Amino acid sequence: MNLTLRVWRQKDQSDKGRMVTYKVEDVSPDMSFLEMLDVLNERLILEGDDPIAFDHDCREGICGMCGMVINGVAHGEQRATTTCQLHMRHFEDGAEITIEPWRAAPFPVVKDLVVDRSAFDRIIQAGGFVSVPAGSAPDAHSVPVRKEDADAAFDAATCIGCGACVAACPNGSASLFTAAKITHLSLLPQGQPERLSRAKAMVDQMDAEGFGGCTNTGECTAVCPKGIPLDAIAQMNSDYLKANAK
Amino acid sequence: MKYTEGPEIRDTKAPDGPIEERWEKRKFSAKLVNPANKRKLNVIVVGTGLAGGSAAATLGELGYNVKSFCYQDSPRRAHSIAAQGGINAAKNYRGDGDSIYRLFYDTVKGGDFRARESNVYRLAQVSVNIIDQAVAQGVPFAREYGGLLDTRSFGGAQVSRTFYARGQTGQQLLLGAYQALERQVAAGTVEMHTRHEMLDLIVADGRARGIIVRDMVTGEIERHLADAVVLATGGYGNVFFLSTNAKGCNTTAIWRAHERGAYFANPCYTQIHPTCIPVSGEYQSKLTLMSESLRNDGRVWVPLRKNDERAPGDIPEEERDYYLERIYPSFGNLVPRDIASRAAKNVCDEGRGVGPGGLGVYLDFRDAINRLGRDAVEKKYGNLFEMYERITGENPYDVPMRIYPAVHYTMGGLWVDYDLQSTIPGLFVIGEANFSDHGANRLGASALMQGLADGYFVLPTTIGDYLANGPYGDVDEEAVAEAEIKVRNKIDRLLSVNGTRTPDSFHRELGRLMWDYCGMERTEESLRKALERIPELREEFWQNVKVTGTAEELNQVLEKAGRVADFFDLAELMCLDALVRTESCGGHFRAESQDADGEALRDDENFAHVSAWEHTPDGPVLHKEPLEYEYVKMTQRSYK
Ligand code: SF4
Ligand code: FES
Repeated sequence: MNLTLRVWRQKDQSDKGRMVTYKVEDVSPDMSFLEMLDVLNERLILEGDDPIAFDHDCREGICGMCGMVINGVAHGEQRATTTCQLHMRHFEDGAEITIEPWRAAPFPVVKDLVVDRSAFDRIIQAGGFVSVPAGSAPDAHSVPVRKEDADAAFDAATCIGCGACVAACPNGSASLFTAAKITHLSLLPQGQPERLSRAKAMVDQMDAEGFGGCTNTGECTAVCPKGIPLDAIAQMNSDYLKANAK
Repeated sequence: MKYTEGPEIRDTKAPDGPIEERWEKRKFSAKLVNPANKRKLNVIVVGTGLAGGSAAATLGELGYNVKSFCYQDSPRRAHSIAAQGGINAAKNYRGDGDSIYRLFYDTVKGGDFRARESNVYRLAQVSVNIIDQAVAQGVPFAREYGGLLDTRSFGGAQVSRTFYARGQTGQQLLLGAYQALERQVAAGTVEMHTRHEMLDLIVADGRARGIIVRDMVTGEIERHLADAVVLATGGYGNVFFLSTNAKGCNTTAIWRAHERGAYFANPCYTQIHPTCIPVSGEYQSKLTLMSESLRNDGRVWVPLRKNDERAPGDIPEEERDYYLERIYPSFGNLVPRDIASRAAKNVCDEGRGVGPGGLGVYLDFRDAINRLGRDAVEKKYGNLFEMYERITGENPYDVPMRIYPAVHYTMGGLWVDYDLQSTIPGLFVIGEANFSDHGANRLGASALMQGLADGYFVLPTTIGDYLANGPYGDVDEEAVAEAEIKVRNKIDRLLSVNGTRTPDSFHRELGRLMWDYCGMERTEESLRKALERIPELREEFWQNVKVTGTAEELNQVLEKAGRVADFFDLAELMCLDALVRTESCGGHFRAESQDADGEALRDDENFAHVSAWEHTPDGPVLHKEPLEYEYVKMTQRSYK
């Protein structure tokens, strides 16, 4: 198949950036989206052009490093899919595809489609952990955990920290990401001692990073490759309110 | 390629006495660092996977001054995150006869008697603490209705000792380590450097004293000094271009350390994983693993007839060959990885492979779905089935999966002693980057165990013994400047070639060559061919590679080119190591050394040793470390 790509090019953080059009030919439907860009980049290198910079690593939907807004949708239109898992069979021959980076003030563009998501790490630093130094843990079976709780905690814990939720949110809120971690830990007995202080610290850090507030538009969960549900945000808000009431 | 033989390695620093007591003994004999001194001791940890992340976090907790580095944009991305199946631990929660001794025994045997007994025993002992630690961190392992941890049995084991978190065990364990690491970043004990790539090791007065890194955003070359350096930079499977590794995984950190004097052990030991999604075309950029836990319920088969073009559903039962069940009646579909991989290759070589190019075998869930119901199968493997469908466009509930072996893990790595210290004092190597625990073949669910054992429990103790004699004072400026200049020169050289081929095109060609000549099956002839071809290709690379852009910006082509350059040198050493080891063992199969049934045939008389290679200006020097088995009797592996 043959495609026309319109891709965001921006040399560095200070550059204004613009859309540039590229034609790609002989794309196989079995290619992944990133493989299609690889092929284009190989050509650009040989032509002496700067290839398109994009983040990626595992290419199997788990590391959270990849992420592009494809035709206006974070990670593209296919549900529950990261950019690296998207395959070209979902596009029509002759299609025009626009490709842009995550756009949110706390995620400045580094180059082309690469953005700086270190704000997420700082939200985790604020409290997204259980304080248990290596070697201090009791036997794993000393505290049974209800299967339902373990399963629900797991579901929340599958967040890959990709940032699509932020990119999709009209307010640029990081609520789904933050709530996923808060929910994961607050569902487990091991997370209880720090439950409220954790919620407070993480939410405050999220605000301090300049992410917007949540107005329940649900855009985040719609693009989330791991299907983190909106309920997580309710859980976060309830823990946060309790922490502030204390 | 010429090589010479140097003196044997006789002392690995493992304590003597009964094997159960050795680790206790070492912990007791290791010097302690005065708590007030810890803050004055600087440690660099490169890599933030299970080994590096857990080590940096733990060293921070102990009060050392730690700097942690990764090439990704966040430490949470390291490729441990992609491990699917599980983590072994000798908890014996099932009462099914498991024990530390049995895990030790299975690992030594599974490694085809090419691992050290002392190290493996310690690994089995520490495995128990890892599960406790992870659970306390909030790692959401699978549980049973009674609230206790669930386990399953996994490739090559007859007991149920593998703990798991659906098909995402690596992710959950890594996030546990990542969170512990970020907690230390917040506490100020760990300084995190993301998007930084290590390009050289600083060795001064015979000790590892720091690293040279490139800031991948600005291109700035930076020096970081310390009292000890820990490499946790993973394996080198990407030398084959196509592997299940993440795209960024590379050998640069360990290779540069090797060039600075660290011995490289058993580079030819690579693991080919039997259950990966087959290649679909020329543009293929990586291969995706399907967890081998699938082999618990899926049955592997190919058509009995050659070139059978029928759809799998149209092939009746009596015309299918469930070859693993046929050849290995007692282990069936659960034989170790190397055996399953080679068996797949053999049936495909016979012309009975399926899918594009005949490079695939079926992994069929029909019987499991009939027996357990679709829901139960979906509960267990749902996410893996989904992943498969995304990539291939086929639904494994209706059509059997197609799988083929792919490079997955490298058992070889930098040589370390019992303390995980390399041959350069002050340089420690942990996780997949070292060579120590898996011998010639790693068992399923043992990589996570080893990474975390090294990072949470072993290294933090043994490095203390080294640091107790520190701080090691000012670093000789000349050594630092020399390393920095070397790095700059290499970058300048890459940028100045301005040829006509991309770094990736060289990498693909090298990978193809390694797969054909130094892959699942190796012969003297194929290895000699590779050793002839690699230097030619390397020569062409340095004459004809094209790297666009400049050194002072985010430049992914430059990053790639630097890594490919190191892969060439490593590839050559791998082939040499494979050529010299004329026996077959574990993942290293020399076609000349097989028994009447086509099974790998070890040569214990001549090869019961670790091959540790030293880098010298006059070529590689081989040092043998003899392996002795006091506890597990050396036998020819049999899974029949
Ligand atoms: S909540 Fe979903 S979209 Fe947001 S970072 Fe996590 S995985 Fe990505
Ligand atoms: S590259 Fe890892 S999730 Fe896409």
